[in-house]
Amino acid sequence: MAEREQIKKPAKEREDVEVDDAPVTTERGEKLKAELDELLDEIDDVLETNAEEFVKSYVQKGGE
Amino acid sequence: MAIKKICGVETEYGIVLRGAADSNPIAASSMLINAYVNEMVRARGGESVSSKVGWDFEDESPGNDARGIQAAGAMAPEVETHLVNAVLTNGARYYVDHAHPELSTPECADARSVVVYDRAAEEILKQSMEAARRLLPGGQEIVVYKNNSDRKGNSYGCHENYLMDRHVPFGRIVVHAMAHFITRQVFTGAGKVGTEVAGMTAEQIPFQLSQRADFFEEEVGLETTLKRPIVNTRDEPHSDAQKYRRLHVIVGDANLSEVSTFLKVGTTALVLAMVEDDFLTRELVFNTPVWALRQVSYDLTLTEPLELVDGSSITALEVQWELYDRARKYADAFGLECVGESTGQEVLRRWEAVLTGLETDPGSLASQLDWVAKYRLIEGYRERHGLRWDDARLAAMDLQYHDLRPERSLAARVGLERLTTDEEVREAITEPPTDTRAYFRGKCLQRWADDVVAANWDSLVFDVGQDPLRRVPMMEPTRGTAAQVGTLLAECSTSAELLERLGS
Repeated sequence: MAEREQIKKPAKEREDVEVDDAPVTTERGEKLKAELDELLDEIDDVLETNAEEFVKSYVQKGGE
Repeated sequence: MAIKKICGVETEYGIVLRGAADSNPIAASSMLINAYVNEMVRARGGESVSSKVGWDFEDESPGNDARGIQAAGAMAPEVETHLVNAVLTNGARYYVDHAHPELSTPECADARSVVVYDRAAEEILKQSMEAARRLLPGGQEIVVYKNNSDRKGNSYGCHENYLMDRHVPFGRIVVHAMAHFITRQVFTGAGKVGTEVAGMTAEQIPFQLSQRADFFEEEVGLETTLKRPIVNTRDEPHSDAQKYRRLHVIVGDANLSEVSTFLKVGTTALVLAMVEDDFLTRELVFNTPVWALRQVSYDLTLTEPLELVDGSSITALEVQWELYDRARKYADAFGLECVGESTGQEVLRRWEAVLTGLETDPGSLASQLDWVAKYRLIEGYRERHGLRWDDARLAAMDLQYHDLRPERSLAARVGLERLTTDEEVREAITEPPTDTRAYFRGKCLQRWADDVVAANWDSLVFDVGQDPLRRVPMMEPTRGTAAQVGTLLAECSTSAELLERLGS
């Protein structure tokens, strides 16, 4: 496994990063979640009405 | 030292004609592009874009293989010369390819410029949809999707191109490019609900990082439509073939996120610069590259060990950390002139931040990476409504993420971070980059479209009313910039004068 030891993150990196075990409890996480909830509240107005038909009819000829 | 990494992307878009009983995608694609080009011509009094500027196929040779062989049974891509083809004043090429509209950005000097022109391409497609809507009967519209598959096994690409030094052994490129392509999906993936591999189910693969990983079957090869290879060997430099190679990358996803596009192009340009300067000392050779590509795409935990031929294993993130680490040292040792100094530094900064985020909390990157943004949205919807992963509503959301209509696009609603401004994107719709040969092409089309009878990546052909036609070769992608020819172009009032001054 010697070669695995070459894979070191830069030292400053490891000092700076605090691993957050529960990201959703952070302020940023709360904000993200609130934004997502808001988006999900409104999204039905934007979504294709007949999902099944839409997915079925979306057929492309192969390209590159 | 590594040569300037001139780069660009060519994107094939999904296309649907709505409200019509049956639709022919080639006809729809042609109509879409013609509608746009004709409106541009009319809007500028017929002077800016010439509908008669055709693409010049004389130097197209997509069957040339970088390995110097013609593999038995290899299917060289066909050049379809009869389809719509336009060259735009920003230096881009807009054309019908295999039943899809395709737009190739002009040659760009760095990754940031590619992001600007990629966004401009989206705007061009949006304007094209509007232009087509005005021509179609009521109730019909053409809708364009910036994605890579129809969820039924048909895929279309978003290809990248990078200028490389011809003298670099192709085998060295293959080894390091392969390692990067397999593992960069952790930030380049556009995300996909389910899988299109025959015999695999949504239960096995509810969601994956990449749109494209399902479609690759070979390690190295020439094809782009069948048995797609991770490293493509098309040897068609569109420049001085004695000096240059154009690495044609077909493995990437089309990205809506500017950060994803920036990192996709920026990290790849850096890796290729390091290959050119032989700075990557450790060869990471995968046991089963095609399977490794899928393993990375199918692994949302980002922890799957990938087997190397030496018997050890490594994760995608470890490979990316190692490449990042080398790139940081490379920058310190040589500077980043070849990828643009400030752009290169920004790539390094964001590369590190994204790898850190992926390691600690991928969800925190929802405003930066397509696959994370898409996953959060779809998983949120799934939880809210208690849906199974194989529910059609989730597949529909996946497709709609890529819908380019502003009123329908889900990507436009998830709060993706911008690197560009509206103003620079607007300008890039009609103005070429100033720092590559695309400047010369774009400006000539702006000024003398009526005299340009054919354009190509590496030449322009003028008809100035006297036989024979005059071809201006542009074999150097870095020549023809505003700094080099801006004054000359400004001083010429006619194309004949330009040709005389150029001595061609």
